Amino acid sequence: MAPLLEVDDLRIHFRTDDGVVKSVDGISFDLERGRTLGIVGESGSGKSVTSLGIMGLHQGTKAQISGHIRLDGEDLVAAAPTRVRELRGSKMAMIFQDPLSALHPYYTVGNQIIEAYRIHNKVTKQAARQHAIDLLGRVGIPTPQTRVDDYPHQFSGGMRQRAMIAMALSCDPELLIADEPTTALDVTVQAQILDLISDLQSELGSAVIIITHDLGVVAELSDDILVMYAGRVAEYGSAADIFGRPDHPYTWGLLSSMPRLDEAKTTRLVPIPGTPPSLIRVPSGCPFHPRCRYTELVGGGRCETEVPPLREAVTAGHAAACHLTAEQRTRQWADLAAGRIPDDVKAPRAEEPEAREPV
Amino acid sequence: MTEQIQTPPVPEAGPARAPDSDLLLEVTDLVRHFPVTRGVVFRRKVGAVRAVDGISLSVTRGQTLGLVGESGCGKTTTGRLLVRLDEPTGGRIVIDGNDVTHLRQGKMRPLRREIQMIFQDPYSSLNPRQTVGAIVGAPLRLQKVNVPGGIKRNVQELLELVGLNPEHYNRYPYEFSGGQRQRIGIARTLALRPKLIVADEPVSALDVSIQAQVINLLEDLQDELGLTYVVIAHDLSVVRHISDRVAVMYLGKIVEIADRDKLYAKPRHPYTVALLSAVPVPEPLSSATGQRERRARIRLEGDVPSPLLPPPACRFHTRCWKAQQICRTTEPPLAELVSGHQVACHFPENT
Repeated sequence: MAPLLEVDDLRIHFRTDDGVVKSVDGISFDLERGRTLGIVGESGSGKSVTSLGIMGLHQGTKAQISGHIRLDGEDLVAAAPTRVRELRGSKMAMIFQDPLSALHPYYTVGNQIIEAYRIHNKVTKQAARQHAIDLLGRVGIPTPQTRVDDYPHQFSGGMRQRAMIAMALSCDPELLIADEPTTALDVTVQAQILDLISDLQSELGSAVIIITHDLGVVAELSDDILVMYAGRVAEYGSAADIFGRPDHPYTWGLLSSMPRLDEAKTTRLVPIPGTPPSLIRVPSGCPFHPRCRYTELVGGGRCETEVPPLREAVTAGHAAACHLTAEQRTRQWADLAAGRIPDDVKAPRAEEPEAREPV
Repeated sequence: MTEQIQTPPVPEAGPARAPDSDLLLEVTDLVRHFPVTRGVVFRRKVGAVRAVDGISLSVTRGQTLGLVGESGCGKTTTGRLLVRLDEPTGGRIVIDGNDVTHLRQGKMRPLRREIQMIFQDPYSSLNPRQTVGAIVGAPLRLQKVNVPGGIKRNVQELLELVGLNPEHYNRYPYEFSGGQRQRIGIARTLALRPKLIVADEPVSALDVSIQAQVINLLEDLQDELGLTYVVIAHDLSVVRHISDRVAVMYLGKIVEIADRDKLYAKPRHPYTVALLSAVPVPEPLSSATGQRERRARIRLEGDVPSPLLPPPACRFHTRCWKAQQICRTTEPPLAELVSGHQVACHFPENT
């Protein structure tokens, strides 16, 4: 069976007065039913733009979209806006980052769920209301019969996010996209929501895309992981591959710059030097090269001139866009994992790169 | 102010200090209640948000105290009280031997050189219409400090100290990225060479890769300048990385305070245990070794109760899986179980 979602060479560009912002610049991936894909990256890496693109939420904006997004074989990029609208909410649904701004403050939570449900299903108001109550109960809201008539401001942050999830699930979507679903929440509530998402997924068998900058959250939920940098895929692989033997210097950077809760000894953090690039002037060649410690190893200035293709190095299904050879990567990662600190980190206050050009 | 009987009188302000003391900061029974009022003409107090409700802590010179808790637990209010951006309702704050609890603005001003704050959001804490030079130099001008070599040179040194290019003196905040802005904020904090720095969520607005840069910078500065930090954060991993001692807050109270390693290895308060188990660890469930099972996570039910009407006695009893009758009637004191490890719980874990 073909995968539920196929994204093929997706490009989403925005034309602005300062130049073309290449938010997403040629990414491809597949997602099967029942699987969870985690998309990780820093702010401005294009992960949210990708998810909005899949949901067809760039229609009517100045975004220029090319490539293919196939949901169950149907191309969404070429589809008519009315068709995408039919699919949105029924076959694919989204959980947004900030439930307070994603819920309408003037309508009760129940009404918002009922509205979404009745657009896609011909049912009576009564039946829709009962459905909303069932959903709120299913996502763990206590006494849903009464809470259904509450306004969003009467809910706590965690409950709002549960209500958002209930709304997204109202039509049993086959594809669920969660864009930073727990970033606005406290850890104990985050744990509740993560458990809820994974429970619901195993119950419904939907495909889930979870977008986050928190590697812990991805590790918790994902089967496969896509690491994005400057609108492109830096690395793609199973969760075990990405965390066990990451292949891209950017992924190494992310992993070693995070303080760990489970690490007994406190080592020095190894930050990624510099800052993420402007998406208007993406560096030539490998977009990560100005921040990469290993361009010398590749040599010949290839990192500056040649865009590295995303290719599988050792394991099938684990690909990285980097010029380093497989042996070099294995050796460098083994060193980093063993706690060797690159020379430039020990030197106090390595020279900061130039401030951003005024935009 | 209530009379302090047990403690010797402390001079109002000035250079007098207890020379034998290792403690730079001592806080006793600090309270901050925000009154909730009704009515416009006849304002009457109908209640109080008990943001900080009797906390005591101390910080040793050159060390870092981490203050963790979920949103609404009062950690930010505590930070603001420590630098006296807010007036405490009760309790006592002693910084370097000076009681600053209720000092007036004029008397407080000279002491502000000793204690400074790093703010959370590098976008709203820098004036967009001032140049970096004006921002970083502002404390020097306001305090009328006579700096040898002039303010400009001093500011450029500060910029260099935090890893920024001193030639960017005349640039505006919008020309910098989030991490660089946070460095500007840190440079401003360091301008008066303070002894104590209260950092309120210094890295939570930054991307992971930039977070590490700023954390390393804070550590370097501490080594170099002998700074003492109070770091307020909700990220338990960050707090573990930079703190020497950690205090866990819940609903305006400290529930546990201990040395970093003790707290993370053997948390005693059920809330700390739950908090630690809730943090997602960046390691997939079926890792290459295949060893790790899905961690037994303690699911706390519900949300933090409102600080307007905190639960009586032990404030955690409504969400605690160990709660018994005594937890609903008697408040557990913050007691020292083992040396240096204080817990406020009737039924501590890991004993």
